Amino acid sequence: MSRASRQAMLADIRNACTPRRGGAGTAAVEARLAARAPGPVPARARIAREGQIALFIAEAERVQASVARVKHVRDVPGAVAGYLARHNIEPRLKCAPDPFLRSIPWAQHPVLSVAEGKGEGDDPVGVTGAFAAVAETGTLVLVSGAASPTTLALVPPVHVAVVPTGRLLGTYEESWAALRARSPRPGKEFVMPRSVNWITGPSRTADIEQTLLLGAHGPQRLFIVLVDEENA
Amino acid sequence: MSAPTTSVPASPRVGLFVTCLVDLMRPTVGFAAIKLLEEAGCTVEVARAQTCCGQPAWNSGDSANAGKVARGLIAAFEPFDYVVAPSGSCAGMIRAHYPELFAGDAQWEPRARALAAKTHELISFLADVRGVTRVAARLKASVTYHDSCSGLRELGVKRQPRALLATVAGLELREGPEAETCCGFGGLFCVKYPDVSAAITDVKTDDIVATGANFVLAGDMGCLMNIAGRLKRRGSKVAVRHVAEVLAGMTDAPPIAGD
Amino acid sequence: MESTSGRFENNARAALSDPTLQTALAKLADGFPARRLEAAGRMPEFEALRDAATEIKEHVLDHLDVYLETFERQVVANGGEIHWCRDAEEARQAILEICRAAGARTVTKSKTMIGEEIAINEHLERHGIRPVETDLGEYIIQLRREPPSHLIAPAIHLSLAQVAETFRASHKELPRERALNEPDALLAEARAKLRPDFLAADVGITGANMLIAETGGNVLVTNEGNADLTHTLPRVHIVIASIEKIVPTLEDASVIVRVLARSATGQDVTVYTSFCSGPRRPGDLDGPDEYHVILLDNGRAKLLGGEFRDMLRCIRCGACLNHCPVYRAVGGHAYGWVYSGPMGAVLMPALIGMHEARHLPNASTLCGRCESVCPMRIPLPRMLRAWRERLHRAGRGSLFARLGLSAWASVASRPGLYHAIMAPLIRALGNLAGPGRRFRRLPFLGAWTSARDFPAPEGETFMSLWAEAERKRKPYADLRARSARP
Repeated sequence: MSRASRQAMLADIRNACTPRRGGAGTAAVEARLAARAPGPVPARARIAREGQIALFIAEAERVQASVARVKHVRDVPGAVAGYLARHNIEPRLKCAPDPFLRSIPWAQHPVLSVAEGKGEGDDPVGVTGAFAAVAETGTLVLVSGAASPTTLALVPPVHVAVVPTGRLLGTYEESWAALRARSPRPGKEFVMPRSVNWITGPSRTADIEQTLLLGAHGPQRLFIVLVDEENA
Repeated sequence: MSAPTTSVPASPRVGLFVTCLVDLMRPTVGFAAIKLLEEAGCTVEVARAQTCCGQPAWNSGDSANAGKVARGLIAAFEPFDYVVAPSGSCAGMIRAHYPELFAGDAQWEPRARALAAKTHELISFLADVRGVTRVAARLKASVTYHDSCSGLRELGVKRQPRALLATVAGLELREGPEAETCCGFGGLFCVKYPDVSAAITDVKTDDIVATGANFVLAGDMGCLMNIAGRLKRRGSKVAVRHVAEVLAGMTDAPPIAGD
Repeated sequence: MESTSGRFENNARAALSDPTLQTALAKLADGFPARRLEAAGRMPEFEALRDAATEIKEHVLDHLDVYLETFERQVVANGGEIHWCRDAEEARQAILEICRAAGARTVTKSKTMIGEEIAINEHLERHGIRPVETDLGEYIIQLRREPPSHLIAPAIHLSLAQVAETFRASHKELPRERALNEPDALLAEARAKLRPDFLAADVGITGANMLIAETGGNVLVTNEGNADLTHTLPRVHIVIASIEKIVPTLEDASVIVRVLARSATGQDVTVYTSFCSGPRRPGDLDGPDEYHVILLDNGRAKLLGGEFRDMLRCIRCGACLNHCPVYRAVGGHAYGWVYSGPMGAVLMPALIGMHEARHLPNASTLCGRCESVCPMRIPLPRMLRAWRERLHRAGRGSLFARLGLSAWASVASRPGLYHAIMAPLIRALGNLAGPGRRFRRLPFLGAWTSARDFPAPEGETFMSLWAEAERKRKPYADLRARSARP
């Protein structure tokens, strides 16, 4: 069924397209795909570094994320423990098996219990890093992989993201360029990870009488810790 | 024939397209338009051979009958430097839709395009083409203004009537938040779907009443008749007038649909 | 889903007399347009982005065959599979086969308009598979067995009390007397009900806000996070998308993302914007084992070559609904099928047939506000009129109206005759009106006077006054005095 349909659909589409463009159109498509030309990129994010950090924080807070900025990796456990205590959240962390998160001295804060894995069941807090953070809209860019399961940012009711400020970029386009640059097969065609997740604030819905409610299916709380110096 | 640009004399010859609703329902608006155009230095003429722009047929999907009416109008207005109508929707019909109506017609498309290029809605013509910045009228009243859809969105008529109304002595403009919302007229729509139309009109009339203004003004007779009809049905005392009447200082006639 | 578009007039009347619906619609009209304006105001590049987004889709539509083949190659390279489906029936069949092969009993779904278009839920149910809508609004209307009433806010027509009533009727295992008078309580109940389904589902079905040719993946845009749970937790992810959803690159997708939420809800970006590209990779701890794309035509290739082509740029943001005076008056259900508002009125005649949908292109004032806010600059009023043209050519519409137009045109194209007929008619009507200057009732204008007074004409027509002026060489000021009878 699918093969016959495929042929019929493509024939119909080609018949409609050809008179408008003339010719087969493959060259134009190849050129466009190769160029990866960006559209208009917001000026508000094309600013100096400190300005971008301030913009990221302002934009993330505008959409009800909480943001803390700390100097050292060793300051992260305190910031996280403090946040969880303030909001009366069980300090049981499920962390991504990520080398950077492993470099955080969680044990300095004995109140925190830490396990690694994907997000599941009754995990109260999922802790992730981020591939990048985009100042334009206060957006985290998470990329799935062995060290970064998607579920940690979705299943637990609280999502904590620990992001070195070095990962902060101005715009979406910069995050795509960075992702392409880290393609696992150097010299080969870029391959997308299974899932790239932009996260901008905690989950929400306005489906009941247009009342804004946080925590629909994803996390009700998003706490972002920006770390200035990656190495302790 | 090319559109008039720099070759227009200081006193351009303007053909007034009266429009069918002004012709039939409210001649005062036609005379107000003539007064304003003459004050703006134009020589105004009224071609006898005009009736309607063909919009009712066009919007009903009947382009054959729309074309039949439009051809007469095109011919009637060819001699003029400009064609001016006291209506955004009729001017919009000519400017935006005549070229579409006659697309591919070797004889009529160029003529339609030429007419489109020199046709203007009255108030924007005064302000944008003739550079009129003030009027001599006075009206001691508060008014609110309804932006007719075609004028606003097809022709960009928005600030021009407000700028001129601001120079009417004694007049206070009160904007309603729904000024740009459709009044629910929509030509034949209002009689094809009267219930839906009335509900849309209620949003408009509620907004007008909430401004507390004594007058509601607009640049299109269709909208004005609809708004006036609903306001009066609901017992409102708000007076309804075409903006040209106020700008020309011709408010001696009773308002549309009476007091 | 059975269409009731042919009964638009009755649907509209019912909607107009439903106070709960009217309250909801008033709230919508107050909220969305203002928020869109604010978001656009915060983005100086917004108009340039609209142009860029429009250009992207125009380019794609000119090269759609090539892009679809490119997309297909990438999907396969990622380990996924494409199912080309000409119509709803083929799509339903393909989805059912995938579900059966997966041994699926429960299927979670995140809101998809194409899913509504092909009525996939009914089909799965008929074959013993339980579809569970996970978007809160969709979940509510699934319980009520209603179609969505808005592209992005499917339960916009309901009050909190109605939702509470629905939950009490459906969640029978919960205590009857529980408090459900706050939105929070309803959300918590839905979340608790749906969590086990998310975990138990064998297959997750999502739509696609875009398909990306470069990566062979799809984009999903939500605020709740339900789409991400739907594509991440089950073993099989099925994407249902129509052919025009393609964009070339991630950069192009970013342009459209920038206009989508701003136009829809007035957010800068939705909470979750997800780019899924196939099944889980080696080493991944989560994600599906299978990734299927149902690529649906359902009449779109036919639109591609014709006068409704621009409609294929639509990104389903709902801005045209939010700004439409007709939608604001009657809501989405009055349109009678899956889509509504101006985009629905253009699309539905192509999908369910021109005759069935005949009212929709006509039930518009052509006010043009939809086009002015459409992020993809779709000339919706022009296309509504194009449908009217087709309906007229097909001989639809009342004979009375058609004859009326022809009679009017043959008189209006003869100015001498026209003025000779109109002047005495108008004079008589003016005299009939009396000092009130309006009619409460007019026999031949019942549809007008059912809701409004009819303004009386001043009396003399302009043209007869003008002719008199020319004849007598009188200044028009004198005539003005005559026209404006007290």
